[in-house]
Amino acid sequence: MIWNEHAECMPREDLEALQLRRLQELVVRVYHNVPFYRKKLQAVGYEPGDITSLKDIEELPFTTKQDLRDNYPFDMFAVPMSEVVRVHASSGTTGKPTVVGYTRRDLDIWAEVTARCLYMANTDRKGVIQIAYGYGLFTGGLGLHYGAEKVGASVIPMSGGNTEKQLMLMEDFGSTTLACTPSYALHLVESLEKSGKDRSKFKLKYGIFGAEPWSERMRKQIEDRWGIKAYDIYGLSEIMGPGVACDCDVRNGLHINEDHFYPEIIHPETGAALPRGEKGELVFTTFTKEAFPLIRYRTRDITTLHDEPCACGRTTVRMEKITGRSDDMIIVRGVNVFPTQVESVLLEFGETAPHYQLIVEREGTLDKLTIEVELSPALFSDTVTELSHLERRIFHRVDSVLGISADIKLVEPFSIPRSEGKSKRVIDKRVL
Amino acid sequence: MIKQISLFLENKKGRLAHVCRAMGEEGINIRALSIADSTDFGVLRLIVDDPQKAEAQLKERGFLVTITDVIGIKVADRPGGLAAALDLLETADVSVEYMYAFLGKCGDRAMVILRLNDAAKGLEVLKRYGIEIMEESEAYNF
Repeated sequence: MIWNEHAECMPREDLEALQLRRLQELVVRVYHNVPFYRKKLQAVGYEPGDITSLKDIEELPFTTKQDLRDNYPFDMFAVPMSEVVRVHASSGTTGKPTVVGYTRRDLDIWAEVTARCLYMANTDRKGVIQIAYGYGLFTGGLGLHYGAEKVGASVIPMSGGNTEKQLMLMEDFGSTTLACTPSYALHLVESLEKSGKDRSKFKLKYGIFGAEPWSERMRKQIEDRWGIKAYDIYGLSEIMGPGVACDCDVRNGLHINEDHFYPEIIHPETGAALPRGEKGELVFTTFTKEAFPLIRYRTRDITTLHDEPCACGRTTVRMEKITGRSDDMIIVRGVNVFPTQVESVLLEFGETAPHYQLIVEREGTLDKLTIEVELSPALFSDTVTELSHLERRIFHRVDSVLGISADIKLVEPFSIPRSEGKSKRVIDKRVL
Repeated sequence: MIKQISLFLENKKGRLAHVCRAMGEEGINIRALSIADSTDFGVLRLIVDDPQKAEAQLKERGFLVTITDVIGIKVADRPGGLAAALDLLETADVSVEYMYAFLGKCGDRAMVILRLNDAAKGLEVLKRYGIEIMEESEAYNF
């Protein structure tokens, strides 16, 4: 099923002509409306009108997460707040979230691109979709929600958590598509198996999963245990939210909605643009976003792009499943976690941050984050009660700043291995 | 006040042996000890014959160690002997954060180490009612 054949199956020359026109418009728009971009473009000697080919994009400066932080909360918006009809936010690296805004038209386009993804995942007006992504500041829930309404599916806006109720309603309402993180999909099926409920009473056929990295191995596990077809949906709030890309039945990479989001692959260290087919860091330019347009935003996700035609008929470029990050961000239960966030929390407990390490494991189907903290003389008290109290205080601060519950474990000084004087911050033991 | 060595130990195999071995190598004699633990870690408290040296040597070996002031008392070695001292503290509203006994005894007295939330007040009460307080030197070498 293809939602928008005109946009998704356009001959590549036509698509590139459309992209060039949109890029030219975008550069003019940000130059006039976003002081941050005007300064950046002037610094590299660019004036609106200098863009004459798509390749010229490689001359434009990058936008980074740090830029978004520096312009917190609304300084990167290209429209007045009166035009902004919604904001979302994702956890930032130092406690302040990254804020994104949408105009009415942005929301329409978001619903459009998500609708395309849902069609890739075989969900249309006959479908009953249970959305178990979180609703709220996180883009997952509401992002899928409006796309699902656009294709005319019956939407069950469950939001995250409450596993028992999820299963009850899934059975009673006859949900045919499940939207959530892949690890939660596994958790749900595990709970279903334990509950003794009869799988044949469920009508679930498809799953559209994303917001965290997962492997083909995990896909197979979800498909085998649930007895469904699982699709990978990709997105990030800075660019739009879910709906940036999704894989089709051919399973040969995720189709990027390239008429709205322009992908490039760059060398993560030099920033040099890499040719198609080479692995590197994914960078996006948002062609059509009004409220929060971004030029060459560095996602830090590592992947490869392919633009040979896909058997499904779509001509849009495909990205391979994300294989890693070029920074040290980890995603735990769908929540972005930067080691620097943990560091800023630990700094609240003393003058210098103690050495620490994040250990991520998968227990059963759920991610578990343990933060090991080397106890320092300043933090040491010789009663177990006080030390346990310290662990609990760190737990609560991590929970409120990062939005995730982590096991806090105090360890002896110098027990965390150091490499070149700096300790390795993240140990990811998950087999995805 | 008696200088007690307090050490942070993870609940890992061999940690306790490592501390005791270090003390042995340095010729430091352990007079009393106690361990308090949670699931992941423990606090080892030691009374030794040379606290300064013990502290320096343990630090050098990478242990997290501090010196804590504690009180030593000598109580009658018979049923109710310790209770009498603790009753006094309770009446005076001084609480015991932790306590442990010495190995062996001094004449007909049992020796107990106390860590109080208010050491000055505790000492005053104990002395006033005739509880024998250990001298620092007695704790290190009896």
